[in-house]
Amino acid sequence: MTARTLFDKLWDAHVVRDLGDGWALLHIDRHLLHDLSGPPALAEVAERGLGLHDARLVFATPDHAVSSQPGRVATTFPQGGKLHAALKSRSAAMNVRLFDLGEPGQGIVHVMGPELGIVLPGLTVICGDSHTCTNGGLGALAFGVGSSESTHALATQTLRMRKPRELRIRCEGRLGAGVTAKDLALHIIGKLGASAGVESVIEYTGPAIEALGVEGRLTLCNLSVELGARAGIVAPDQRTFDYLRGRPFAPTGEDFDRAVAHWRTLASDPDSQPDREEIIDASAVRATVTWGTSPEHALAIDANVPDPMDVREATQREALRAALDYMGLTAGQPIAGTPVDWVFIGSCANARLSDLRAAAEVARDRHVAPGVTAWVVPGSESVKRAAEAEGLHDVFLAAGFQWREPGCSMCVAANGERVPPGQRSVSTSNRNFVGRQGPGARTHLASPPMAAAAAIAGAIVDVAQVTGA
Amino acid sequence: MTVKREPFTTVSGPAAWLPKPNIDTDVIIRIERLTTLPRGELGPYGFESLRYRPDGSEDPDFVMNQPRFRRAPFLLAGENFGCGSSREGAVWALREMGVRCVIAPSFGDIFYSNCFQNGVLPIRLPADEVEAIGSLCRTGAPLKVDLERLRLEPPGQPPLSFTVDAQRREALLTGLDDIDRTLKDDDAIRAWQNADRAARPWVWSI
Repeated sequence: MTARTLFDKLWDAHVVRDLGDGWALLHIDRHLLHDLSGPPALAEVAERGLGLHDARLVFATPDHAVSSQPGRVATTFPQGGKLHAALKSRSAAMNVRLFDLGEPGQGIVHVMGPELGIVLPGLTVICGDSHTCTNGGLGALAFGVGSSESTHALATQTLRMRKPRELRIRCEGRLGAGVTAKDLALHIIGKLGASAGVESVIEYTGPAIEALGVEGRLTLCNLSVELGARAGIVAPDQRTFDYLRGRPFAPTGEDFDRAVAHWRTLASDPDSQPDREEIIDASAVRATVTWGTSPEHALAIDANVPDPMDVREATQREALRAALDYMGLTAGQPIAGTPVDWVFIGSCANARLSDLRAAAEVARDRHVAPGVTAWVVPGSESVKRAAEAEGLHDVFLAAGFQWREPGCSMCVAANGERVPPGQRSVSTSNRNFVGRQGPGARTHLASPPMAAAAAIAGAIVDVAQVTGA
Repeated sequence: MTVKREPFTTVSGPAAWLPKPNIDTDVIIRIERLTTLPRGELGPYGFESLRYRPDGSEDPDFVMNQPRFRRAPFLLAGENFGCGSSREGAVWALREMGVRCVIAPSFGDIFYSNCFQNGVLPIRLPADEVEAIGSLCRTGAPLKVDLERLRLEPPGQPPLSFTVDAQRREALLTGLDDIDRTLKDDDAIRAWQNADRAARPWVWSI
């Protein structure tokens, strides 16, 4: 038998029928719904007179359009209240399990799936959200879909798909002290470009990946779509199994042991060949931030913003010039020292307990600079409660950060929470697109410790300078 | 219930040229428009940040504000067009602006799939060919696409051929609905599920 990659194994295991020309009818093991894309997909199934094919495999939670204001209720952001009500009533009518505001399980859909053990290695997972690729950090084949495909999957528990190509990104060496999975992800996107993964599934391999904790792998896979990829995967290992053991929806007892025996087979065969391979030297990755309006506009913290005049190709040069103009930066200036107005610690990229711990370490016994508004938005109700149990909220509040309720908040700005026009934000989210955090908002992507350091310093800064590490 | 969509055969008309790389779906349609407006009312908000000045007036420099490109059925775009968010509203907004065919060197994957779900044909062509067509169509002279023959006919030039996946082409040409097609295989789906329940019981004990 020919050697197969992890992606080949995951794909092959879910083919219900070969449709020819590289197409397959692919079984979907888990379907997650949120308040923005969930209600219309459920409504369309109902309007067509169809039922859910397998309601037991579908899970819902409100995250996109809910307020993160302390003490919030569903209608705190009125427009989101309508979406929340629609998700809740449709889910109840169609027997979809929903994790509601204030309940353990509610949270950003890509945080709650792994946290509850709904997502497991070897599963196919979809959601009407491009950051569904996050779940690949557990060794699941997980990708975002539009609402038509979401409707298709609700009605048939399958998707008609053409098999993507495979890009393997091998990360040699080890990340240095204080360098996070987020820095690695931004570094990779900066180096390979925002379209390097188009039409591909990425497998991340190598010693730097093996050394990452599960939450770091979730962060890394989260940014796969910013490389243009449909999905990112990390082969499951003992860290993954240990992470999953005891989670509410994970298998138990003999079932767990049987599952682990299967999960251990989920690795690329030694002689397997992806369509393309890139090598990254993880030991060379520095604390990294973005300067522009695409995640590929990434820089080491001690680097200078590029000069469009150094770019020969006219369209690319014009794109850099437009990005500098939007961001209010000058060609060639150092990125460090740029004053900031807002700091957002949250999102499906970086709002898990380990992220909040890392940010709190920087915030502890320090204070947010005058004029900076700094928010911490935990990724889920469970993350919030765990963080509070170890006193992280007290650290943030004492340092002048706001401690808020779980949801997508200012990453997606679909909930009334925005960075005001022309203001500059350092954000642990995954998109620095024009207007992403609100019309005219200027977003710099960074890791949780780097974001916390920017809040303390009032400017983009190397976290090591703030902590003296 | 059988659902039939409007088939795509030939389209001709002006081609608006927007060469910027990495135009993401947030730029095509803001998320807040999708939380406040129903499908069918998104057209005026497509490319909002490029199309309007801060005071709300139209920016005459934006190509789709120029009278000859206002309802252009073709959009010629840069690399990685439609990257980012999975929002299908991005395709709805384009469709509501009159766009039926987008031609670019590469596309965001989810956007690319979403196009086919909504009767919009995305065509991948090398950057120099997109640029050449853009120059030829600058005056508003019509471009024509024939999906049956896989031909693009730029004004005053010999036709170019393009490729599109055979199954996707068939679906666009016939306007057949994917759910109807898939449900014909429902016995196979249920048989697969029964076998999987035995092989991976932990997937199903949820």
